[in-house]
Amino acid sequence: MFSRAYKTAVTAPPLLWVAIFLLLPYALMFCYSFWSVSPAQTIVHSWSLSNYAQLLRVDVYWQTLLRSMWIAARVTCFSLLLGYPLAYFLSFHAGGRKDLLYQLVIIPLWVSYLVRAYAWKTILGSDGVLNTLLQYAHLTRHPVEFLLYSPFAVVLTLTHIYTPFAFLPIYAALEHIPRNLVEASHDLGATPGQTFWKVIFPLSIPGVLAGATFAFVLSLGDFLAPLLLGGPSGIMISNIVVSLFGAAYNWPLGAAISLAMLVLVVSLLFFSERLEKKWSFS
Amino acid sequence: MPEIAAASVVSDVGQAPLLRIQNVAKSFGKNVVLRNISLEIGQGEFLTILGESGSGKTTLLRIIAGFESTSSGEVWMGGERLDLLPPYRRRVNTVFQQYALFPHMTVEQNVAYGLRVAKTPEPDIVSRVAEALDKVKMSAFARTKPSKISGGQQQRVALARALVNRPRLLLLDEPLSALDANLRRQMQVELKSLQREVGITFVFVTHDQEEAMVMSDRIALLRSGELEQVATPREIYSRPATAYAAQFIGHTNLLRTEVRSGTARCSSLVWTAVVPDGPAVFSLRPENIRVTRTATAGAVQVRGKVIHQAFHGATELIRVECAGGLVLTVRTASAVCEQEEVTLEFFPADAILVHESPGRI
Repeated sequence: MFSRAYKTAVTAPPLLWVAIFLLLPYALMFCYSFWSVSPAQTIVHSWSLSNYAQLLRVDVYWQTLLRSMWIAARVTCFSLLLGYPLAYFLSFHAGGRKDLLYQLVIIPLWVSYLVRAYAWKTILGSDGVLNTLLQYAHLTRHPVEFLLYSPFAVVLTLTHIYTPFAFLPIYAALEHIPRNLVEASHDLGATPGQTFWKVIFPLSIPGVLAGATFAFVLSLGDFLAPLLLGGPSGIMISNIVVSLFGAAYNWPLGAAISLAMLVLVVSLLFFSERLEKKWSFS
Repeated sequence: MPEIAAASVVSDVGQAPLLRIQNVAKSFGKNVVLRNISLEIGQGEFLTILGESGSGKTTLLRIIAGFESTSSGEVWMGGERLDLLPPYRRRVNTVFQQYALFPHMTVEQNVAYGLRVAKTPEPDIVSRVAEALDKVKMSAFARTKPSKISGGQQQRVALARALVNRPRLLLLDEPLSALDANLRRQMQVELKSLQREVGITFVFVTHDQEEAMVMSDRIALLRSGELEQVATPREIYSRPATAYAAQFIGHTNLLRTEVRSGTARCSSLVWTAVVPDGPAVFSLRPENIRVTRTATAGAVQVRGKVIHQAFHGATELIRVECAGGLVLTVRTASAVCEQEEVTLEFFPADAILVHESPGRI
């Protein structure tokens, strides 16, 4: 239909863009991850697996990686617990207010990430909104310290930020369920509860998987929330990568950790897609 | 025409009716979909709700199933007020227009669904599901997903899924409309004999008058949310109550006449009719008009020219323009050509007086 020249003209710029700004940096990172830093702070271009060995050997690296995954898992869990009922209510029971409520869920995505993270800082801080309230109500005498600068604060903030990402695919999946299936279920004698667990929920699983993947992958790689609200006990793997590329000046180790995470995330995406396919029937 | 409807209902329901619809009305906002529907459905009956799209037939079905509430009126089944129960408490099952099979379950799991949610013992489920699948000839597909079988097969599964629960009443919402003509005719026969076999009351919704004629014990003709006539197919065909009923069910000639002292006059046609003076509408079926060469005693005769013919196999439908511009549709087995001059005749008794339906036509 279209001429070869036209096709090339249309596809070349984005391909070039991806090649220069995505593939090339990845290739560079890949190379760096096998190099090392000399005591004189120069990059030694000799190939070895020592960076990867370090990631496995040095406690702080793999422990932080595990903690990041644990934080991401909790964020995923809470995002689904919040996002699913919300999506279900909107899709099946919101009636005429559906569009308005949908917009209300989406609006926080337009607010800058930093603003939302700082908002939690003012809420959770030792002279923040929550502590002032608790003291005013005489529930505590001294400010509760664990609220801010803790994994709790990170999980809370990330849950707030990534719940819409879990909500959206679940909502889309629920909206795609033909309503006559729900009617057929009721018609065959199933109560609303039975209908939910036997028809609606199984058919929404692809959406749940997509939502869970979004929440997990996005929060696993997050570094702003732990930086602003995590404190020493709440740092995540991305914070280590940032400092390795910055203050520590150990690009090779930073690259190795980044690539390890990349492999982790890509295999996760791969499996979740396989599962989604297995659970979709249309 | 509620009074006509009520009159014909009584004649055909033998024992106590299974379902009683009393003065049911339904509106969505300002849009009135059903007004004052009263209908009784007998035990074991095959009743068809026939109507054009927008006549409210699906809404009436959904009210019986429980997917819609009534705006006023009541629905009774046996001694029980049906319209106050949620759909899952009604012993009514539905075969949906698009079948609505659960895509994540096999054919077998679909059929077992109603029994499972009712916590039927598992051995009973197995035997009843096998029996139901056997009845609709789908046993070979028990472990197949619905997306892997054809429309006609899905149709059978939907039927088995509903019947396995042994409902007191089975509702069918245009279940054959998605099938092609041949399969459709075959399914009409199968459905009818299945209904005889299981003895369950069927309420069948369709817009296809031929389908309604073939399958039903009685037809409830719905028009713009009101019952036009409720009668057996034979009765509704030979004694249509209204001009609309006459036209909707089969072909007919509607003769708008002025009756003066026992004589009906419509353009060049004149015959004796024992009806009060004034305007009157008669329905005259095309097969009750004959192309003839000899005059029959007591028949009304008229001459005209064949202006159109349509071949229908054993017979053909011809349109004949008579003097005064009156055009009659005639069903004939004899060969005629277009532009040919013919003599037509009919017996005055075959011209059935019908009510003029208000509104469109």
